[in-house]
Amino acid sequence: MSFPATRLSVVERTRSGDAATRRLALAAIIDGYWKPAYKYLRLKWSLDPEAAADLTQEFFTSTLEKDVIGRYDPARSRFRTYLRLCLDGFASNARKAEGRLKRGGGVHVVPLDFETAEGEMASHEPAVSADVDELFYREWVRELLERSVADLKRHADTAGRPVMFEVFARYDLMEDGAERPTYTAIAAALNLTAATVTNHLAAMRKEFRKIVLERLRELTSSDEEWEAEAAKLFGKPSR
Amino acid sequence: MISDRAIERLRAAAAWPALDQRYEITGTAGHGGMGTVYIARDHVLDRDVAVKVLDVADVNGSRAARLRREAGILARLDHPGIVPVHDAGMLEDGRAFYVMKLVKGRRLDEVIAERRPLADRLTLFNRILDAMAFAHAHDIVHRDLKPENVMVGGFGEVYVMDWGVAQDGAADGEQTIVGTPGFMPPEQEHGGGVDRRADIFALGALLELLVNEDPSAALRAIATKARHADPDARYQSVEALSADLARFRNQDPVDAYQESSSERVIRLYRRYELPTLLLLAYVVMRLALLAWRGI
Repeated sequence: MSFPATRLSVVERTRSGDAATRRLALAAIIDGYWKPAYKYLRLKWSLDPEAAADLTQEFFTSTLEKDVIGRYDPARSRFRTYLRLCLDGFASNARKAEGRLKRGGGVHVVPLDFETAEGEMASHEPAVSADVDELFYREWVRELLERSVADLKRHADTAGRPVMFEVFARYDLMEDGAERPTYTAIAAALNLTAATVTNHLAAMRKEFRKIVLERLRELTSSDEEWEAEAAKLFGKPSR
Repeated sequence: MISDRAIERLRAAAAWPALDQRYEITGTAGHGGMGTVYIARDHVLDRDVAVKVLDVADVNGSRAARLRREAGILARLDHPGIVPVHDAGMLEDGRAFYVMKLVKGRRLDEVIAERRPLADRLTLFNRILDAMAFAHAHDIVHRDLKPENVMVGGFGEVYVMDWGVAQDGAADGEQTIVGTPGFMPPEQEHGGGVDRRADIFALGALLELLVNEDPSAALRAIATKARHADPDARYQSVEALSADLARFRNQDPVDAYQESSSERVIRLYRRYELPTLLLLAYVVMRLALLAWRGI
């Protein structure tokens, strides 16, 4: 099979007549976008952690209340660009209303783990890009890939083959600056044959791609947008 | 949190093509508009090859169709100046791919920067002309000819690459705008139908780059005529361009340039330099002999 079959996008599902479908779709959007939004507010808008956390909460609360997603027009922009522009507008208005960015007090309707997000930023301070769309995009990709890696690990654990994920982690997830190990070195470390290492790596990469593409479905509004985002993600490296 | 560099590694891991055991990916050669070209080891024939793989399996299949079409065009164009295709297929995840010769060399823009002698540069250009004449004879218009799409091998062999937007047969009405500014003619920039004269425009732009610092007005005129804004005012075929260039190399008058009397004398002198020098030497010797006898 070539690609995930055409189905209702997450944005389309937010317009569903069924309340449960609508709620799940909105939760999926918030789940996929809150962390990029928080980090974007911290970096682009130079907000302190508390103000960024409050504003992220307020933004998604307002998004739900004012049906921001329902007003999205796919003909005008990609969904992620639309949300980023909405976030910019929201932050700009908040900045004008003096004090809102300095003090909390928003109603926290969505449980978001800002401490984790802040810890992540402290461990790998991202470079601030001059291109705001690129900045938001990079955080969005980071979140997508991070969650996909977690899914992949879960998949290998569930299948009773954690060693397969270990091969993937050692080859594709090694520390920055570390030299990529050879298949033979991984085989020796994990007590496998080199052929098994290549087979495990191939299987994990295939599964990883599948997971990433599935997750991408939850972040885009149509088949066309999904395809365009996938092409950007897997195409020419950004640097 | 995963670092920016880890993001790139994970992107590459997810993009990695799961080919069958015949081909083992060993590196990346480059990225194009719709796919990535990998270097792979062909374990059956024990040689390195290049594998072009779509970045994503498209929903409506248009990218896959384009890639297959490109592979089909390469298969038809069996010429030493056009990279040969060895194999084509579809990955399990739906991405189309094809396998081609791994061209080892440098891009023409890198070669141009070397400032090789004019004769060498014109020899390279002639090889590009040969490949393009062959493609046109098969009714294929490249539509994106530029220095980045020409590879020069270690022995001066030339490969015209990237036929992904080539037009197979006659243009059919309004078209999607493809090509590269500076190398595509006005009719292509405006999205109109193009024919082989669009490639002649690109060849003119290539020639202009290749002879950039040469003072010859005739050579510059050939490039200017080839990249004329009006397709009717260009050379009407690669063969006509090639013939005018051959005239230039033979120091005959070229179609693209009306020379002055003094230029004609200089050209004739250059063409018949040795006989002229021998004749002059003979005349000088005779005069010297006469003068000596007179004394």
